Amino acid sequence: MSDPNTAKPAGEPEVREHAVDFNYYLRRCVYVFVAVVCAVSLMLVASYLPHFDWPAKVAMILVVACTNAFVVAGFLMHLISEKKMIYTLLAFTAFFFAGLIGLTVWAMQDFPAGTVTH
Amino acid sequence: MEIPYAVHPRPDTGIYNAKVGIWLFLASEVMLFGALFSAYVLIRVGTPPGEWPHGWQNVTLGTLNTLVLALSAITTLMAWVACKVRQFGKFKFFHGCTLLLALTFLCIKGFEYDDHLTHYEIHLTAGSNAGGSIADGHMVENDPKKDYVIIKGRFVNDEQELIDLRSQKDIRETELKIPRSQIKDMQSYGPWHNDYLALYFTMTALHALHILGGSIVIGYLWGPGRKLWKVDPEHFTNRVEVSGLFWHFVDLVWIFLFPVLYLM
Amino acid sequence: METIVHEFPPYREHEAAHEPGAHGHHEDIGFWRKYIFSTDHKIIGIQYGFTALCFMLFGFFLMLMMRWQIAHPGAPIPVLGPLLAKILGQPAAGGVMSPELYNSFGAMHGTIMVFLAIVPLAFAAFGNYVVPLMIGAPDMAFPRVNMASYQAYVLGGLVMLVSFFIPGGAAQAGWTSYSPLATSIPTDGQLFWIIGMILLITSSLLGAVNFIATIIQLRAPGMTWMRLPFFVWAQFVTAFLLLLAFPPLEAAAIMQLMDNVVHTSFFLPTGLAVGGQLAHISGGGSPLLWQHLFWFLGHPEVYVLILPAMGIVCEIIANNTRKPIWGYKSLVYSVLVVGFLSFIVWAHHMYLTGMGTKIATFFQATTMMISIPSVIILTCLFISLWGGSIRFNTPMLFALGFLPMFGIGGLTGLPLGLAPTDIPLHDTYYVIAHFHYVVAPGTIFALFAGIYYWFPKMTGRRMNEFWGRVHFWGSLVFMNLVFMPMFAQGLEGMLRRMSDGGANYSAARVPGVLDTLPNDIMALHTWILWAAVALGVAQIPFIINLFWSMSHGEKVESDNPWGATTLDWQAPTPPPHGNFAEPPQVYRGPYEYSVPGHATDFTPQNEPDRPGTPVFSPAH
Repeated sequence: MSDPNTAKPAGEPEVREHAVDFNYYLRRCVYVFVAVVCAVSLMLVASYLPHFDWPAKVAMILVVACTNAFVVAGFLMHLISEKKMIYTLLAFTAFFFAGLIGLTVWAMQDFPAGTVTH
Repeated sequence: MEIPYAVHPRPDTGIYNAKVGIWLFLASEVMLFGALFSAYVLIRVGTPPGEWPHGWQNVTLGTLNTLVLALSAITTLMAWVACKVRQFGKFKFFHGCTLLLALTFLCIKGFEYDDHLTHYEIHLTAGSNAGGSIADGHMVENDPKKDYVIIKGRFVNDEQELIDLRSQKDIRETELKIPRSQIKDMQSYGPWHNDYLALYFTMTALHALHILGGSIVIGYLWGPGRKLWKVDPEHFTNRVEVSGLFWHFVDLVWIFLFPVLYLM
Repeated sequence: METIVHEFPPYREHEAAHEPGAHGHHEDIGFWRKYIFSTDHKIIGIQYGFTALCFMLFGFFLMLMMRWQIAHPGAPIPVLGPLLAKILGQPAAGGVMSPELYNSFGAMHGTIMVFLAIVPLAFAAFGNYVVPLMIGAPDMAFPRVNMASYQAYVLGGLVMLVSFFIPGGAAQAGWTSYSPLATSIPTDGQLFWIIGMILLITSSLLGAVNFIATIIQLRAPGMTWMRLPFFVWAQFVTAFLLLLAFPPLEAAAIMQLMDNVVHTSFFLPTGLAVGGQLAHISGGGSPLLWQHLFWFLGHPEVYVLILPAMGIVCEIIANNTRKPIWGYKSLVYSVLVVGFLSFIVWAHHMYLTGMGTKIATFFQATTMMISIPSVIILTCLFISLWGGSIRFNTPMLFALGFLPMFGIGGLTGLPLGLAPTDIPLHDTYYVIAHFHYVVAPGTIFALFAGIYYWFPKMTGRRMNEFWGRVHFWGSLVFMNLVFMPMFAQGLEGMLRRMSDGGANYSAARVPGVLDTLPNDIMALHTWILWAAVALGVAQIPFIINLFWSMSHGEKVESDNPWGATTLDWQAPTPPPHGNFAEPPQVYRGPYEYSVPGHATDFTPQNEPDRPGTPVFSPAH
């Protein structure tokens, strides 16, 4: 135990959840980075496409952004191999997030005819 | 007295305490940024057509920042992997990179903010200038002792011409000297200028505060906090993982902020 | 199948397995680290409790002064008037409350009572003290985060208090701080309010994370989810409400801060005029956006106020009827459904903002739906009384008082939740009566019950029973005398937040269209004022009892003087750092009272079926 930089796990009683292979992770990180670069490029291209109107472009860009987010969350945050409890928490959060945005937008769009001036 | 499952996972949940804690905290952060995104949606949808700015950001810098942050997310994960395989030297390298990339991000952001805050829209008094009634450009000289300001920009007739910069191909900017007597109103492109910039500054500033906070935590672990490595490497690894999760979340927020504020 | 013997806390092979500086030793850590900068959940719980009670008293005095002004507009306030004039100067010149001062007292009364008194007392104080004990844990999952959350709370409270003394005074735009009013009022008090709120929200978020992680991770072996006392379930759901509902208000507060300081227009519409002049702002914002973001928290917030109270009442009723709670599973599912639904009912606070019928119907439907699980909870508590051997001690009196009071409060909420009937009632005194019934003789009664109930565990002494009953009867009678007349006032059309009690409003009568407030309605102001003063007097025995009993109260004869089944009563009195000498093993549910054939009329959760029963693993 003289070299602090390579503290060996001697005496640690716990079972390591998964044997961690450094190179495996390095490879996955390269793939994720490439995926991010592709996603960013796609979004850039989509935003400059000449023949689409803004709502369509916004939809395309958001789809790519969500995919990008899933890649980061899934691989870098280990969400893909995470436990059920975390999924449950995130599912509820997603529901309430959707409710916050969706219901608020609906509320502001639903008003009796002629009562809003702009 | 010791808190159980602080380092090793609880059998039925399969997670250690800090991991539960950080995911809970991240859920609350989703709602925090979610509320800001909902404000963006509402304000934008409520804006009359043709009045929402486009092309007011430097897309190159934004893209660069996106890649910088994505790379820092990678180095954060690799720092944790290095801890897991008990190679502290690699941990020091990777999180050192994370901190440098964070600093780069903040510097670019600071440059962008400065760019906006030195960009002025000057309304001229009636009949001042045949070229147009609004001067728009970056401040070159604003000496209070002198009776003029110099900006590098152009004249336009209507504010509407300043809204959609993406559709305007070649904007020629020249140095314009404007006497103070002709200035009716002068306002920089700060958050007060319009709601798009208000949202841009508020959302990116809050995000930048999170970058700063995350950097402080990672910096602590990289610096003085590394004492724990010698005493309990698994506990230290967990701290690296938990702070890494926060960092990845901050990257996730940027993944949405960038297209929403720069590309739409 | 082999039985896994699970050691608790987990066995560590190497000696120095904790961070340098952590307390694994039993040396004396000194006064400051033991009582002021403590990380022990019990000390923190008591800190929260005392601070919250002080704020509650302060908020009560604000209300008394407001009630004086309503009953005697323009008259100098007796006793406190000269003091106010000396401290605040012009807004209280001559001891008379100016309208601006009334507005600031009103805004701060609401803010202080909700965020500085009730939530810290119900959630943080009781939760911190009791929850780890009830689940058999040595402390909260994150003790230092716990300390940080208390410190953020104190800081937030200080900022709110300081705001009274700055030029312009405290916030005046109501506890709801609606824009554009909140941005137009020429005082920095609004800014202090926002900063205070950000600190308080931070405190609540840290607390919520701690509670949820603790309940998930630190339950003792054998303590399955369906063996948790209902109090723990209630705190668990409350923590989730705080966790997910507060951040949108924090975001909104940041945006309002930007509006106030940096002159953005998040909530300021185009064409806004302030004081007759067009405001020099960019416009384009939406005042409704603030309302949506505020009430997205605001509605779950009221469930934060009530759920811990229901939990406390449940524990006390089970204990003092000596029988199991009726419908434990219904209670658990109901509280989960209440928590879930509370996120999608918020716009029933906004029926009069010009919403369309479709969205109003949606929120009306969800609001009606949420009343179902609330009624189920109340019904289960009522039915639990049937066939019980009821002990009418002070905690039980308050718990019993809670039931009909919350019933009145809840039922009077129905016409407010239905959009058509809300139209004449919105922003009237009917609303004030409704929510005060739920929180004042509702939640606060439950909190009093909890203080009398858990006092022996905290101090080893009982509070005086006689003065406890005096406190109860006085509070019950005068709470009703204060708030019941307000229903009548609201139904007659008296609006909220009128500093002169409606005199000017009455003067603006239009024959056949807008009538004056009837004299008998206006006369109620005086009754309410004196009932409120009497209510305050009724609290004096409680305050004296609380402090006197700490050193002179009757000593309890055992660790479990009430004969309770839950783990908190199986711990030493008062529980030491780490709570349990040996980790408790849980064998049964939380309400095993009067089990046939058992020697005593209660069976603690950690009592084994027979001596020598093996320890079992916590893997469920």
